[in-house]
Amino acid sequence: MENVDLTLLHPLLEKFSPEGRTALLPALHEVQDLYGYVPEQAAVEISKSLQVPLADIHGVLEFYSLLYNAPVAKTVVHVCTDPVCAMAGADSLFKVMNRKLELHELEGEDAPAITLEKAPCLGLCEHAPALMVRDKPVAPASPSTWEDIVTGKTYHANPIIAGDISVLTAGCQRGKPSKLADYLKVDGYSALQKALQISPEAVIAEVKASGLVGRGGAAFPTGLKWEGAAGAAGSPKYLVCNADEAEPGTFKDRIMMETMPHRVLEGIIIAAYAIGAPKGYMYIRGEYTIPYRTMSQAIEEARQAGYLGENILGSSFTFDLELRRGAGAYICGEETALFESIEGKRGFPRAKPPFPTTSGLFGKPTVINNVETLCNVPIILNGGAANYRKIGTEKSPGPKLFCMSGDVKRPGLYEVPFGVTFRHLLEDLAGGVRSGKQMRAALFGGAAGAFAAEEDLDVRLTFEDLRSAGLPLGSGVITVFDETRNMLDICLRLARFFAEESCGKCYPCQIGTQRQYEILQRVVRGDPLRDDFQRLQDLGQTMTDASLCGLGQTASLAISSAMRLWPELFQPKLWY
Amino acid sequence: MTDKITLTIDEQTVAVAPGTTILKAAGQIGIEIPTICFHDYCTSYGVCRICVVEVEGSRTLVPACIGKASEGMKVHTRTKRVETSRRTILEMLASSVDLSEAPGIQEYMTDYQANTQRFPEARERKPSVLDDNSLFIRDYAKCILCWRCVQVCADDAQYAYAINFSKRGYETQIGTFFEKSLPATTCVFCGQCIGVCPTNALKPKREYLLQNGLSEDEIMKLTRSQRKRRTRRQISSAEQSEEE
Repeated sequence: MENVDLTLLHPLLEKFSPEGRTALLPALHEVQDLYGYVPEQAAVEISKSLQVPLADIHGVLEFYSLLYNAPVAKTVVHVCTDPVCAMAGADSLFKVMNRKLELHELEGEDAPAITLEKAPCLGLCEHAPALMVRDKPVAPASPSTWEDIVTGKTYHANPIIAGDISVLTAGCQRGKPSKLADYLKVDGYSALQKALQISPEAVIAEVKASGLVGRGGAAFPTGLKWEGAAGAAGSPKYLVCNADEAEPGTFKDRIMMETMPHRVLEGIIIAAYAIGAPKGYMYIRGEYTIPYRTMSQAIEEARQAGYLGENILGSSFTFDLELRRGAGAYICGEETALFESIEGKRGFPRAKPPFPTTSGLFGKPTVINNVETLCNVPIILNGGAANYRKIGTEKSPGPKLFCMSGDVKRPGLYEVPFGVTFRHLLEDLAGGVRSGKQMRAALFGGAAGAFAAEEDLDVRLTFEDLRSAGLPLGSGVITVFDETRNMLDICLRLARFFAEESCGKCYPCQIGTQRQYEILQRVVRGDPLRDDFQRLQDLGQTMTDASLCGLGQTASLAISSAMRLWPELFQPKLWY
Repeated sequence: MTDKITLTIDEQTVAVAPGTTILKAAGQIGIEIPTICFHDYCTSYGVCRICVVEVEGSRTLVPACIGKASEGMKVHTRTKRVETSRRTILEMLASSVDLSEAPGIQEYMTDYQANTQRFPEARERKPSVLDDNSLFIRDYAKCILCWRCVQVCADDAQYAYAINFSKRGYETQIGTFFEKSLPATTCVFCGQCIGVCPTNALKPKREYLLQNGLSEDEIMKLTRSQRKRRTRRQISSAEQSEEE
């Protein structure tokens, strides 16, 4: 066994020890920051200190792709190869990097050690192709980025934040996190003050009246969720902010956290007040190191200013928020898997019911809301539900953030009222298809979504219109593909994404995502077996109908929609 | 006494106590629903999904082993939708692991007309046999990840916590801390995991050696000498030297 200096470890474990198992992921992260990986001896110490069985620590280490149980190079480079980055040349970038790495290694022992890995979507799609170098984003990357990697320089371009309205994004400045003082200038924390002057029930009533529904993809009425948890038996109650944004093509929550962290925070505090939660967690995906930093700083500022902690703004309401880092698992964006992860376990989703509002984090009544959903809350309380409803349509009230990526002239974050057409978003806001080409398709809702075609250009972007068009709104992500794109290659990448990100708990998804990937490999090679079309359909139906959670239930949707739109791609002509 | 809940399963009406699962409610009126991961003495997590049934008003199919009966519920246990899912799950399993010693699953294969060759060119899971102790072998090429061994090793029975999972997704395997041999873990060799394994992936050593053509005498000699060689004290001193 390798020799590891354990003396460094003890002050760290002393800090975590009273928390027990829930501190497992934070402890593993800090141990890895210390040693570069999690050495066996350190895992043994964690086991003793947090009272977690050794085998369970092994299970957790093995589950999360950003945790290593063996030494890795000091510089790990993650290259995103999901659809958006692939269209921007990620595959050839990976090849070039690999060649440079070989040359680099020839320089001998003095050359700093570098490891190159392919990675799932890093949430930097508006700057594709994207890399993550030593936990920091580098985007857009090019072959010349290599020199920066060797010298340790990282950067990412400032995002486009635009649209028809500026409500959620009001005050957002490109590439600049707003400080507390900036936020106060745009009426920051005035909604919290208003909320604290009325009863929690009145806050819930206002949110219900606003018609706000969840922006994470499921579109569940937010006020109803809050009411459920507020009225549920059990204490304490928890408020959880789901910032595990990992749907390929999505980056809206990242931009909100990076540029407007206090708006997110204000939403969280009001939600906690409404349901009577003394404690909250914000779970940010492991790849999002910059949002993690901006949120930590914002929390610190808010605590100093009396917006967090005991007797907030002189009221009797006490609430504190703990930030958590994910560790590389798309499935942890599923609400119950996220709870498991906070509890220090593998990110296995739980069977529902029971629902989080009655039995969530640590088995207690919990409200879990997406970042964007919570950003709506201060706006609703500030202007009132009636004013809020003036934005959008009757059935889909409010503003909505859309992530536009792929073959558009101006990829970025666009805020619009619900009800604008897809054509408006694409042509007027995002500048239309790049290089004067035609659009072949657009993927709505990310990997878990469905393909739209040209005839869908005039669909209005509302829950009701999209539902009747058979398209998902998802979390508001649209990836555009021009007429030259190989749609089978895109499908293959989506299939690979699900096969790699399936947690493996239930059979339909564990095996189904793997078989779906294998069949698509055959199709892309041009030699599908005779019944592969039917095989894909049966796999899709079984995953959708019988999987335990949303990952498996949506893992075939995009591919099924591609099979409906372009059946000829999936089977050689002579067969039909 | 609490009021009973009335529901219909395949057009038959049944009254059950609140909290009863659909699986048990169906059992009361003689309707058999297939199960793989389910075990009466283990916590149900709804992993295999072979017990899914159609419940009117539900978007997806519902696993009968954890789905609770509710007043007025209408359940259909053998619709076309249910059959497609069950058959496909069985076919996926057959393409993944060796089910030759899982007679229960084979019976379902026949019942649901599952084609064991439905997924040609599929990558199978076939790690080599782990033979690291004198009680039993672990042949994970037969493992269907029903979770029962991990459950009985932990809170469902023994509280030994010797095994958990390695990797994730299709690559998932049952594993020990840093893949150590069982004698070097907290395993107490209670044998409960062998008892709940539905596919013979966990098999007593004697049975395994007999299958491999060894005679009773040879086995006796082999396992005896093994027992002699590795006394408790030797194991703990071996552990110590490993730790050093």
